Amino acid sequence: MKVKLLELGRAVLIALIPIILALAAMGVVLLTLGRDPVSFYNDMFQRGLFEWQGFQESIIRSAPLILIAAGFIVAFRANLWNLGADGQFLLGAAMTAGLGASLLGSIGVWPMLIVTMLVSAAVGGAWTLIPAYLRGSHGVNEIITTLMMSFIGIGVANVLVKGPFRTDVGGVARTDVIPFDDRLPTLFGTRIHLGFLIALAAIIGVHILMTRTSLGLRLRILGANPRAALHAGLNPLMLTVIAFAISGALIGLSGSIEILGIQGSFRADFNPAFGLLVIPLVFLARLNAIGSLALVILFSVIQIGGESAARQAEITSDILLVLVAFILFFMAIFEYFRIMRGQEPGYVPAEVMDRLRAGGDADDHGTPEGALQSGPGDSDGAGLKGTENE
Amino acid sequence: MSDLLSQDFLTALISGALVASVPLLFASLGELISEQAGVLNVGLEGYMLFGAFLSFVIAYNTGSELLGLLGGIVAGAFGALIMAVLCVRMNLDQIVIGIAIILLAEGSTSLLNDAAYAETRPSLGTPSEFAIPLLKDIPILGESVFSQHWIVYVGIALAFFVRWMLLRTSAGLSLRAAGEQPQALDVAGVSVVKTRMLATLCAGALGGLGGAFLVIVGAGSFTPFITQGAGFIAIVIAMLSRGRAPWTILGSILFGISLSVATALQLIGISIPTDYVQMLPFIVVIVVLVLFARRSYLPSALALPYVRGER
Repeated sequence: MKVKLLELGRAVLIALIPIILALAAMGVVLLTLGRDPVSFYNDMFQRGLFEWQGFQESIIRSAPLILIAAGFIVAFRANLWNLGADGQFLLGAAMTAGLGASLLGSIGVWPMLIVTMLVSAAVGGAWTLIPAYLRGSHGVNEIITTLMMSFIGIGVANVLVKGPFRTDVGGVARTDVIPFDDRLPTLFGTRIHLGFLIALAAIIGVHILMTRTSLGLRLRILGANPRAALHAGLNPLMLTVIAFAISGALIGLSGSIEILGIQGSFRADFNPAFGLLVIPLVFLARLNAIGSLALVILFSVIQIGGESAARQAEITSDILLVLVAFILFFMAIFEYFRIMRGQEPGYVPAEVMDRLRAGGDADDHGTPEGALQSGPGDSDGAGLKGTENE
Repeated sequence: MSDLLSQDFLTALISGALVASVPLLFASLGELISEQAGVLNVGLEGYMLFGAFLSFVIAYNTGSELLGLLGGIVAGAFGALIMAVLCVRMNLDQIVIGIAIILLAEGSTSLLNDAAYAETRPSLGTPSEFAIPLLKDIPILGESVFSQHWIVYVGIALAFFVRWMLLRTSAGLSLRAAGEQPQALDVAGVSVVKTRMLATLCAGALGGLGGAFLVIVGAGSFTPFITQGAGFIAIVIAMLSRGRAPWTILGSILFGISLSVATALQLIGISIPTDYVQMLPFIVVIVVLVLFARRSYLPSALALPYVRGER
């Protein structure tokens, strides 16, 4: 237990160093722009972390991001690139926003909440069917197909919101607003809504699914080596469809939660583009659910706190994109030097650290499981480098 | 219905499609080169943004379109240099770094634009046209296709040049080997890392040029996030071209039409939501893929770092 705590402490420390470096680099940028970095960061962490109101905002923001991260983990572990998150997210959001207000009148609050979440998850999952089928049966590269389905999904969501789902109230194109009292209930007198618990349950569920169940093992075998999967009598098409469907469903559910918890309605051309922001976080956590959870919450703190700090400093909040980019660069570079020195990288608990991307430890450790690792020649061209085999 | 065939409409449609497709053409050509060498540039969108911003700054301050376009190339190559050093040289994750480059480009260009031009909101003059003698007198096509900025013709010629380069030169052979069988290239005594870095810089330079075109010929001014996903569309086009450069022209024009047709239709009083039109090419491609599904060909070592001696 003591050892585990020590390792955890080390992991946290290691995760903090690149963030501190990124904050320092950002400080230089702020100085050159004539702003005071100390007061900027003070505002940022006060608002995002230490002030109770702001901290709640951060947690609220993290709920949909956690669900998206959970969705990515399932697909990426199976070595499937689901780059269509934005389309799945917006379709889920549009379905919930479009159906929510009208269902409310006919079936009441709780059934409405449950039905909309289920419908959104189903639509998000269904949106991955074509890429999954094409990948599983014909080997069509899913990077292209999910990206294209994402563009189509964004379009369909907007067509729905500007057409059948549009509210009768004039003004901008949007759906009917779900009244504040009929959204997801808040927890224990805070402003944090039930969606956060759903997201937590989902990502823990994904962790258990991937590490403790036979389906998870089969998905990871598919991810590590499709040929081995075929050899072991697994059905790659079926597994591909399942992995993609779970992934899309979680991301669709995330869109639903965003509407039911925060927005209340879907304005035309709403697109927070969360997908692009969550992917690198999930990767830096090495596709580990708990590590992703920590990084997503940290990211939410930076977003919420940073937006307020940017307002204070009278600077565009796009500056946060630069900060996040710096964090990603420093984390990646830091990891490089750890690999170089032969140390195991440490953003996540020890048991996950062992298995590195193809570049790292195949030579260093020469494990027999290396046979499961997909070599450059085996891959369908879009191989995930990080394969975890146990 | 006869409106649809009117000269004004067709001219607006074709010329609008051409202007919308040229940034895609440059970017997808660059991406195609680097994909052939085994590097997936998720950050293409970022290269385009860097190129767009620097080209605007230079063109606005010097008044020279040429210098602006060159500035776009330099800025795009700078973005790709980050990618080349971190991913090709240091073998870091191509997706993470690619996304980081996009975020860096979005954030920094928006920040600088805000700092420099937030109050003045300057714009460039109308771009120069280069009308091809004789051909410019053809009705409709003369005004739309043959009276464009000279860089448009450069883009089309470049697609064929890239094809020639990839298939007929030893540099092209090295590029393709770096993506297909890096071990073989290494054994033949050519540096895989150098080849891939060069290919990545090509993607950056061409992506930057595409971004520069977007600003100098297309919009006439820089606005944050001006690329609006063009980088991702270019990646799709490059992958659909399956390594055959001239196909990028076809792909770019297809997507260019869909991006511009709604504007052209408004000229003759038909207003259809842009959402429908912009989905259309993606739907067509998906339907085609479902009907005629076959393996989309990509270099076998795409997005995989090359480590000497590793199997």
